Amino acid sequence: MTNRLALAILAVAGLFISLYLWLYKLGKIGTIACGTGGCETVQLSAQSRFLGVEVALIGVLGYLVLLGLALLVLHPKYAGASWPLTWLMVLAGGAVLFTAYLKYLEFFVIHAICRWCVGSAVVIATMFGVAVVEWRRARSPNP
Amino acid sequence: MASAAKMKKNAPPPAPARSYLLIGALAVTGAVVLGYLVMKPKDVSIPANVTVLTADTAGFRGYVLGSDSAKIEITEYADFQCPACASFDVVQFNVVKQQLIESGLVRYRYRDFPLPIHPNSRIASHAAACANDQGKFWEMKAEIYNRQAEWASLRSAAGYLGDLAAQVGVNRGQYDECMQSAKYAGRIEASLQEGTKLGVPSTPTFLIGGQLYPGALSSDSLAAKVRRLAATPAQ
Repeated sequence: MTNRLALAILAVAGLFISLYLWLYKLGKIGTIACGTGGCETVQLSAQSRFLGVEVALIGVLGYLVLLGLALLVLHPKYAGASWPLTWLMVLAGGAVLFTAYLKYLEFFVIHAICRWCVGSAVVIATMFGVAVVEWRRARSPNP
Repeated sequence: MASAAKMKKNAPPPAPARSYLLIGALAVTGAVVLGYLVMKPKDVSIPANVTVLTADTAGFRGYVLGSDSAKIEITEYADFQCPACASFDVVQFNVVKQQLIESGLVRYRYRDFPLPIHPNSRIASHAAACANDQGKFWEMKAEIYNRQAEWASLRSAAGYLGDLAAQVGVNRGQYDECMQSAKYAGRIEASLQEGTKLGVPSTPTFLIGGQLYPGALSSDSLAAKVRRLAATPAQ
């Protein structure tokens, strides 16, 4: 149960990081709090869009879906159901791969690091790890 | 040990209501923080390290004054924070405007060339671009140069430039929105890149008849160059 609560808390954290970056792209935040200037470079680069969609917006939508699933797996009604946890693990895994691609762009194409994006990467990687642990635990014969 | 682990496994889960309450509280806290960031008065930052997109330059090649049919074009590459540019604008530009532009002899093009040594240059360029959205570029440009000594050394010039914009008759709300979006950052960078590619060595630099003339030229010197060029038969 603690793991499942952690999944929901991480999803909320990731959601707000993405929302912050998206609001920045919309010009609603003003100066981005970053410290290094790398966040501006990354957010204003051509790579801040993926297939024409803002990466930050993809993050917002992705974390919303993950949060929805995390809230489901937390509910006693779905405690025994394996599908929400499986979906959560699969989607978080996909998000980890997408994040790895974004990190590659930051390091080797844009040559700048956005601390908020690193924060989101840590959140999604942790979520995936916790989801795998919880999924294996749920599938064990004596959960 | 095993018994403790078993007990832990069999321990009743935290009440879901309490978990949902915790998540709700986190969500509300996050929403309040983001709401505060959206509502608070903004510091404006115009980034220099921006990728120039095609949309940044499409249909825009500087601020133009004068007739389309003018025989000669003068392009000025200038930096709002450069004292020599201010000197040219305050002392010479009005004469150039009266004698060469309004007479139909010259079409004048102003291009941003923000030098990295001037921290407030880009924000001034962006302020002029936002004033241009409301048809007030030339008025704003004149005021920015007139008051250069007052804003150039400010740590944050955004407020001062906003006040200048209001003074030249720009709608402040629309102007603030434009500044916060930093939507012309790419266009300003494109202008700088264009000048760099041409070989602009310093500011101001004038491009007349395909030749670059660095330095704050006098209106007489500019007029002489223009008249010489106008007298040259077309090849």
